[in-house]
Amino acid sequence: MAKIGVFTCWCGENIARHVDCDAVSNAVAKLPGVHCSLNYKYMCSEPGQNMIADKIKELGLTGVVVASCSPHMHLKTFRKTAENAGLNPYLVEMANIREQCSWVHSDREIATAKAIELIGMAVEKVRRNHALEPIKVPVTKRALVIGAGVAGIQAALDVAAGGVEVVVVEKEPSVGGKMAGLSETFPTLDCSQCILTPRMVEVGQHPNIKLMTYCEVEKVEGFVGNFKVTIRKKARYVDITKCTGCGACWNACPMKGKIDNAFDFNLGFGHDKKLGKRSAIYVPFPQAVPARPTVDAENCLRLKSMKNGKELCGVCQKQCAANAINFHDQDELIEIEVGAIVVATGYQLYSIGKEQENPNIQGYAEYGYGKYKDVVDSLQFERIISASGPTGGEPLRPSDGRVPEKIVFIQCVGSRDNAKGITYCSKICCMYTAKHTMLYKHKVHDGEAHVFYMDIRSGGKKYDEFVRRAIEQDGAIYHRGRVSKIEEQTVDGVKKLMVYGADTLSGKPVVVEADMVVLACAMTPTTGAPQLAQKLSVGYDEYGFLSESHPKLRPVETNAAGVFVCGACQGPKDIPETVAQASAAAGKVLIMLSQPNLTREPEIARVDERLCASCGACVKACPFQAITKEEIRDRNGNLVKTTSRVNPGLCMGCGTCVAVCPSKSVDLVGFTDDQIYAQVESLAD
Amino acid sequence: MNIGYYPGCALHGSSDDYETSVRACLKALGVQLDELQDWICCGATAAHSINKKLATALPARNLGIAQKMNLDRLFAPCPMCSMELKKASDELQNDEVRAEMEKIVETPLSGSVDVLNLIQVFQAVGYDVIAEKATRKLEEFKPACYYGCLLTRPPKTLKFDDFEHPTSMDELLAKLGASPVEWNCKTVCCGGGLTLCDADGVAQMSHRILKNALDSGANCVVVACPMCQVNLDMKQADAKKLGLAADVPIFYLTDLVGMALGLKPSQLDVHRHFTQTKLSK
Repeated sequence: MAKIGVFTCWCGENIARHVDCDAVSNAVAKLPGVHCSLNYKYMCSEPGQNMIADKIKELGLTGVVVASCSPHMHLKTFRKTAENAGLNPYLVEMANIREQCSWVHSDREIATAKAIELIGMAVEKVRRNHALEPIKVPVTKRALVIGAGVAGIQAALDVAAGGVEVVVVEKEPSVGGKMAGLSETFPTLDCSQCILTPRMVEVGQHPNIKLMTYCEVEKVEGFVGNFKVTIRKKARYVDITKCTGCGACWNACPMKGKIDNAFDFNLGFGHDKKLGKRSAIYVPFPQAVPARPTVDAENCLRLKSMKNGKELCGVCQKQCAANAINFHDQDELIEIEVGAIVVATGYQLYSIGKEQENPNIQGYAEYGYGKYKDVVDSLQFERIISASGPTGGEPLRPSDGRVPEKIVFIQCVGSRDNAKGITYCSKICCMYTAKHTMLYKHKVHDGEAHVFYMDIRSGGKKYDEFVRRAIEQDGAIYHRGRVSKIEEQTVDGVKKLMVYGADTLSGKPVVVEADMVVLACAMTPTTGAPQLAQKLSVGYDEYGFLSESHPKLRPVETNAAGVFVCGACQGPKDIPETVAQASAAAGKVLIMLSQPNLTREPEIARVDERLCASCGACVKACPFQAITKEEIRDRNGNLVKTTSRVNPGLCMGCGTCVAVCPSKSVDLVGFTDDQIYAQVESLAD
Repeated sequence: MNIGYYPGCALHGSSDDYETSVRACLKALGVQLDELQDWICCGATAAHSINKKLATALPARNLGIAQKMNLDRLFAPCPMCSMELKKASDELQNDEVRAEMEKIVETPLSGSVDVLNLIQVFQAVGYDVIAEKATRKLEEFKPACYYGCLLTRPPKTLKFDDFEHPTSMDELLAKLGASPVEWNCKTVCCGGGLTLCDADGVAQMSHRILKNALDSGANCVVVACPMCQVNLDMKQADAKKLGLAADVPIFYLTDLVGMALGLKPSQLDVHRHFTQTKLSK
């Protein structure tokens, strides 16, 4: 005999304003199976919870319905209350009479009637609930961090400091990411490399960290606490355990000074063709970790000749005293087991040229990027003014190596431009553009720095002061308006860029005869981020930024249990915010891996193996690859039948299999078809 | 190949030299032009700034005539006309608009007529086919290909070439032996509608375009729009007052293609241009 308690919450005025809670309690008390029906102003408060606990103990309730807000908000709260009072938590249900009733209706009478019906449905469901036990799964105490920019480095160091083993996978030959190439950082102007390189070294040396550079994630299987990850170790042609990093090879390479360096964003200089160029066997930058070279197969004369069955060049191999170069190196697949994964794949700049990866996003042909050598993007400019950059920090323009007398900085190139397909603000450009004007002015005292902006967004500690400093102390000239076109013209034998813009504050067109233009392009997720997200079953938005589980309360978790995000792969953000988020992700990983077992919700799919016809529809439909076909054999090993079977560690309880099963032999525990039909039927009375 | 032909007001008026050139050039390519019977104004700038319904109805009627004549492709040499026709054709894809327009113009409308500009007609013939039919190379020509504002804009309607940095005209002329120059003003406004009301403004705008063409090493400018031709050719004297260094011959795209196909300049009405058309070496 069911003894159900119904507890109706006023939620202050949120529910009580439009729902007559006394009338609801009285009406619900008459429903079959309802043993007690009470209401209270804040059911989630301590007295409210005590009221529920007391009634469970006093009356020996067999089920509880709390009529209040969304189960997303407080189901866990009330289940905990019931558990503490001795009732199985899975015998608690919620009726959402706030978001789905009082908040969306203004007629008190109708809203009250609807609240009664919603509670009636929950009562019908809870009458058919069964006591369930959470599923316990063992945990592999090892974490994987994907990406080794500042986010990945921070997350890895924090997890490792917590005593947990970490594998760091980085697709480039060195750790460091974008930050390793930056000049100085806002708002303190401390040198980016000076603060990052010690941490890069630490990642390379930490006893708990296994660093895998020039590697990519190939496949992810398994589930929270028990992931099996296949990693592709790309052919590097150098055995980094033998190599001493002496540099004999890259100095001898005949391609030295001829190949674009991706670390310098392929910058090239007209006055010195070798500037910024590398050799075919190379270390991307002197502070690289590991400080070991990689052979670029596309440009290596030996490797190219081997495709035609010849063996040309090979100078580096002859130079190598450690015998570390192996031209027959091949990609290797390595399988590792981890309990948690942190994604920190970072960002890249929206490519301003015409061809865009995302067909909905258009380029800016009118700015002449790619056509005019002195139109550069902001990351290229970082390299130009960085002490570790190709020019040693001297601000030289690419076309002819002259020191620019006038630079125009254009903000919001791509960002906040619906017509070009990107609606979001990239958040960091206002700040780094102010920084660029300062750094330039500190190096060229009589230079002019013009900025075209839409709004200045400088929220953050000491951020607005920083922008004001650029304007007031360093004399950057800010124009509020957009640039419509950039043209190259030769004035007195020198190439100039005519920048046609508008100053909307004075209402006048502005033409600046500049020597160089820097475009602050939108931040977009790195190439391949959506593909990686698919491997991890993590959601992503239309631009490819990974989705966090809750924008406020679960900012580093994702909807795939055991997978965490941090840094710019989740959305545009600056270094302080990235580091904070990376530490948060590391904290979450440590919390998860500190337990001997993980508990998972038992509300998952179950196949009735007697009925299953083994058609495989559910196997194909399952988005989590949680269902497999299994054979049932008798004790003599003879095949009795084949059936679908759900892996309880993988099933997320989405119910897709239930919907596709033609023989109705799959059901969702705690959400059975019977329960749903009973709920619907309760409405017919 | 035969296609529908909508000359529009310019080609039957101030720019009848363009019509001579278009007809002669396309005839040499074997393209037969079926002129719409009883065509009316496309609406141009005047209609769409005053009355949206009228701006759709005027070109819609012309599309209706094309449909009645069983023409599935309609060529308008003036980019303003082709843009207005294309825009109306897009709007007719909406059933409600189509029903209303059918009532206004008293003609059944299917919205299935394909509207082409001059370059698209050449693309339909095929650049390779044109190059094969050419009897002489345009070696002495170093044209600055000028697309103006309306050949590529608005991009949502026209979906033609890169609207900020188009190259389709350059590609065609390069195939015919000319050496198109890289320059800045491919899609910069010539002054267009200001011809009558702000002559000084137009002079400044065309001066900028012509000067940049010369500075970039061009010895002529090639256009595919009657309005651009008027501003750059007829009014070049005003630009000269602002200090333009030399005469800049202005050709229609059909003039150059026609000459490549072996036509004499006089057959293309080139002698009727205002600025002299002798190329500087």
